[in-house]
Amino acid sequence: MATMTETKPPASRRTERRSTVGLRRFVFHLLLTAAAMVMIYPLLWMLSASLKPLDEIFSDPGLIPSTWEWGNYAEGWNTLPHPFEKYIFNSLLIVAGAIIGNLVSCSMAAYAFARLRFPMRGMFFAIMLGTIMLPIHVVIIPQYILFNNLGWVDTLWPLIVPKLLATDAFFVFLMVQFIRGLPRELDEAAAIDGCGYWGTYLRIIMPLCMPALATTAIFTFIWTWNDFYSQLIYLRDVDLQTVPLALRLFMDSQGQTSWGALFAMSIVALGPIFGFFLAGQRYLVRGIATTGIK
Amino acid sequence: MTDNDVAVVRPEQRSSGAPPEPAAGAPAPEPARARRGIGTTIKSRERWAALSFMSPWLIGLLAITIGPMVASFYLSFTDYSLGYGEWVGGENYQRMLDDPRLLQSIKVTAVYTFVSVPLQLAAALLLALVLDRGLRGMSFYRSVFYLPSLLGGSVAIAIMWRQVFGTEGLVNQVLAMFGVQGEGWVSHPDYALGTLILLHVWTFGSPMIIFLAGLRQIPTMYYEAAKVDGAGVLRRFVSVTLPLLTPIIFFNLVLQIINSFQSFTQAFIVSSGKGGPADSTLFLTLYLYDQGFTQFNMGYASAIAWLLLAIIAIFTALNFLMSKFWVFYGDND
Repeated sequence: MATMTETKPPASRRTERRSTVGLRRFVFHLLLTAAAMVMIYPLLWMLSASLKPLDEIFSDPGLIPSTWEWGNYAEGWNTLPHPFEKYIFNSLLIVAGAIIGNLVSCSMAAYAFARLRFPMRGMFFAIMLGTIMLPIHVVIIPQYILFNNLGWVDTLWPLIVPKLLATDAFFVFLMVQFIRGLPRELDEAAAIDGCGYWGTYLRIIMPLCMPALATTAIFTFIWTWNDFYSQLIYLRDVDLQTVPLALRLFMDSQGQTSWGALFAMSIVALGPIFGFFLAGQRYLVRGIATTGIK
Repeated sequence: MTDNDVAVVRPEQRSSGAPPEPAAGAPAPEPARARRGIGTTIKSRERWAALSFMSPWLIGLLAITIGPMVASFYLSFTDYSLGYGEWVGGENYQRMLDDPRLLQSIKVTAVYTFVSVPLQLAAALLLALVLDRGLRGMSFYRSVFYLPSLLGGSVAIAIMWRQVFGTEGLVNQVLAMFGVQGEGWVSHPDYALGTLILLHVWTFGSPMIIFLAGLRQIPTMYYEAAKVDGAGVLRRFVSVTLPLLTPIIFFNLVLQIINSFQSFTQAFIVSSGKGGPADSTLFLTLYLYDQGFTQFNMGYASAIAWLLLAIIAIFTALNFLMSKFWVFYGDND
């Protein structure tokens, strides 16, 4: 008992130590908050600028508009050849096709890589990993010629069909990693109960893969919604323009005169990503942490 | 969000291209006692199943990836344009040497990559180290720092950047409060690339998340042992954290270099698709787009695409070669 009381530091030293720790922690939080503010300020400012009158965008770095110009949103929505919902609809069509394509095709390939034995599996797996790193710029020109010959330029097919063919190998890899972590005993139990490969895939693996599927769906949404390069190349028709293309059109045609409306539509474009970020952050972080790709 | 939500990073799995093996401890897959006939039917059934599961991916590989790659290589030796093209041998590659815009675009891409990637990774590592201390509200800060990297690739952010660094933009408004008259950053040839570099650094969130996951993997016993030996904070960082984190640093480095060589959207939007002012933001990818899809010199554009691939491949290979000298994979294997 005596030794125990002796090892305790005197009360005064303890409180002194606690207060320096508290101070350090306070300074830490202060610095972190300052850094976070710098990081996030441009976003907040854009949100406020979307509600500011034009002259204030160029004169007031603050966040509170003097008058709330909700009209910016109405103006931006209707200023392009089509009302903005048309572009949102086009974007959503592509996004929906891409998500369905990636979920089905990538999970099928991943099941084969993770669970089935077949000749040259190692080689195919290495090729699959290699294609993750392949720049789109290397294949885009022949792809364009191919889709042009098929008459698919100025349709949505060039943006959806590749997803149905598991060309986003990143997600194959993500799901292979995930399926490898599932106990094989489940497959064997299913096989003993008379489940074939398709049954095992559909009834055992897929339900257990929900977290990986959610990660895939969220990332596909964000990447496709944000995608600019391939939409720029394949969609020249005004009726097929998507949200990023519409924003670019907006900026080049009248961005200089109606920044408020342009920012308003930019906020509309970022909204869904922000929503997914809030709702699916867990899956996003998991996806990055296991595979390392934004 | 709890700590458990960050999934385990297994660097040895991520960095190796090794074929997937059955999980350790899984029972031997072949039913040894089965008669040969049954064994082979099972085997061939499994192969057919594999083929059917793989078929979308295989078709995609051939039609969307490998086929176009081969075609692109062939096109790079032709003067293909809008349906017509003849074999011109190495002329496209010859032409590059006398093309000032191409040389400029290589320079711009190189400066962009080799300035922005180290800065971005340094910011990511610094913030990861700070957030790893288990402060209260850590997941909030992590979200705030991560958000820009989700949004950063979008057209909307590029539009915002253009205004923020414009003549009357947010940055200059703030500078004016301190009595400084700022430049029109995005319209000045000396600074335009700098704003794009800053935009890239701003998206340090995703490498930061990877660093955080890597820091979690360092066993606390190493720190305890170092403490017992009298190592201070700095010493523990230099001798424990840094060496054990080198595989993650290497991984982030490879990935970010590959990514930044391919940047397109931000430069395209900020410069209205022209790579200006005075070609100061003319990324290789922008020049490729200009040649291939504006002027329809698809043969030459294919040659540029292969140049890009070669540059990326060379730097990735160099990265791997140099990794032998600084990446620490543990000495138990």
